[in-house]
Amino acid sequence: MYIEVKDACKNYVQDGREFTALDHVSLDIEKGEFICLLGPSGCGKSTLLNALAGFEKVNSGSVKIDGREVTAPSINNITIFQNYGLLPWRNVLKNVELGLESKKVPKEEREKTAKKYLDLVGLSGYEERHPRQLSGGQQQRVAIARGLAVDPDIIFMDEPFGALDAITRMKLQEDILRISREEKKTIIFVTHDIEEAVFLADRIVVMMADPGRIKSIVKVPLGTHRDRTNDDFLYVRDKIFELFNMKVDDYIEYNI
Amino acid sequence: MKKLLALKNVVISIAILIIIWQILFTVSSYDAALFPSPKMALDALVEMIENGKLFENISTSMTRFAAGYLTSVTAAVVLGLILGRLPKVFQYVNPALQLLRPISPTAWMPFIVLLFGIGDVPAVVIIFIAAFFPVLLSTVAAVGNIDPIYLKVSKNFGISQPALTWKVIFPAAFPQIANGIHLALGTAWIFLVAGEMVGAQSGLGYQIIDARNNIRADILLATILVIGIIGILLDGLLKFIEKLILRSWGGAD
Repeated sequence: MYIEVKDACKNYVQDGREFTALDHVSLDIEKGEFICLLGPSGCGKSTLLNALAGFEKVNSGSVKIDGREVTAPSINNITIFQNYGLLPWRNVLKNVELGLESKKVPKEEREKTAKKYLDLVGLSGYEERHPRQLSGGQQQRVAIARGLAVDPDIIFMDEPFGALDAITRMKLQEDILRISREEKKTIIFVTHDIEEAVFLADRIVVMMADPGRIKSIVKVPLGTHRDRTNDDFLYVRDKIFELFNMKVDDYIEYNI
Repeated sequence: MKKLLALKNVVISIAILIIIWQILFTVSSYDAALFPSPKMALDALVEMIENGKLFENISTSMTRFAAGYLTSVTAAVVLGLILGRLPKVFQYVNPALQLLRPISPTAWMPFIVLLFGIGDVPAVVIIFIAAFFPVLLSTVAAVGNIDPIYLKVSKNFGISQPALTWKVIFPAAFPQIANGIHLALGTAWIFLVAGEMVGAQSGLGYQIIDARNNIRADILLATILVIGIIGILLDGLLKFIEKLILRSWGGAD
């Protein structure tokens, strides 16, 4: 198995109270899969992502990528954050070149690669701008281009579109879906938005809080072209709603 | 238009100051040699410009100031960048800094004169001390306040030391460091005069002492005015440089 999480546990002490972010979590992911970790806040989805990305260590159990234990972040597995993490003192082009500098890519080639990926995310002509001059959606596109530029094996995305407005979010969802097919990357995507998960994922890992655990893993049997208004799409979405006990008929309000 | 209005405020403000001075001169019973009028101070200023003494002293003072201030800022920023990344070491350094910081740089003056004698060194050392603590402490604080996401991104993209410091930590901390550098400029300028009054035989501070010794209150006040004006100009220059750097730093505004 490409990515293998076995019996992972993670505890925090917060305000003197112990808090179980991951309670014996096991998960296998194949190369090239688009996985969404879906759940409410506190379900451990970001903790699981951080453990996979190497930013945090689990207390027990193992997290392996390609057979090797994850101990630190690697340039082969890039994380895209909700607040973009662009360096505001660098222009767009220099931001995208950041990882290429560590890989000791020569200057001309860096620029060529950076421009190619800026083009891929639809930001040609923005090279000289600074992050502050861009909208949130454009900044996240730059961050995605920066990640893709180092040609990673895996892209981790931690609620990457959470700070964007609904229309921009949908546009970026379509783009990331297109990019994931074109670039053939393994993507692990954290979200609390059910529709987003159904739109993007090959498999949805549904997680629950307190303690953080996997409730079930749902395979999304939709093709490469996904339509949010399609019956099949709505069917899968309803299935997930049911898993969260959020179907409206569960709640009956009385007004006397 | 906005600039013109600001200029109007400056002119009015200074005019009021001069009028108060003139009134005090008119009503006071002091000898004019001890408490001169604005006109007499202006004449003294013209005299100093004509005999070249003023510019000689200004260039002496500015050289000392540049030497003390620039070495101090450089040393404090470098040390601050290191200590900011080593909070455990800083725990042990900080108490000593807090002990030294509130000591007025002039208190060191006799000691410095004993060690180095009269000349350029005492003034430069005083300026160094005056600028050092605010810049060091603001740099350490700035490094500690860096948004952790920059460090996370750096780790992810394989940026390690020393590239991490000059590619990420210094630019990320720069706006706050610039605050400290700016603050230190005013302090350093204040202590330049003090340093030259005690430890030097030339420069603007010495010129004040020299004027007192010759009972030339007009030269004394003219020199004080010059010190004030240079202080404003230095502040303006630094603001301008800061703006240029911050503009290339952040793009907008």
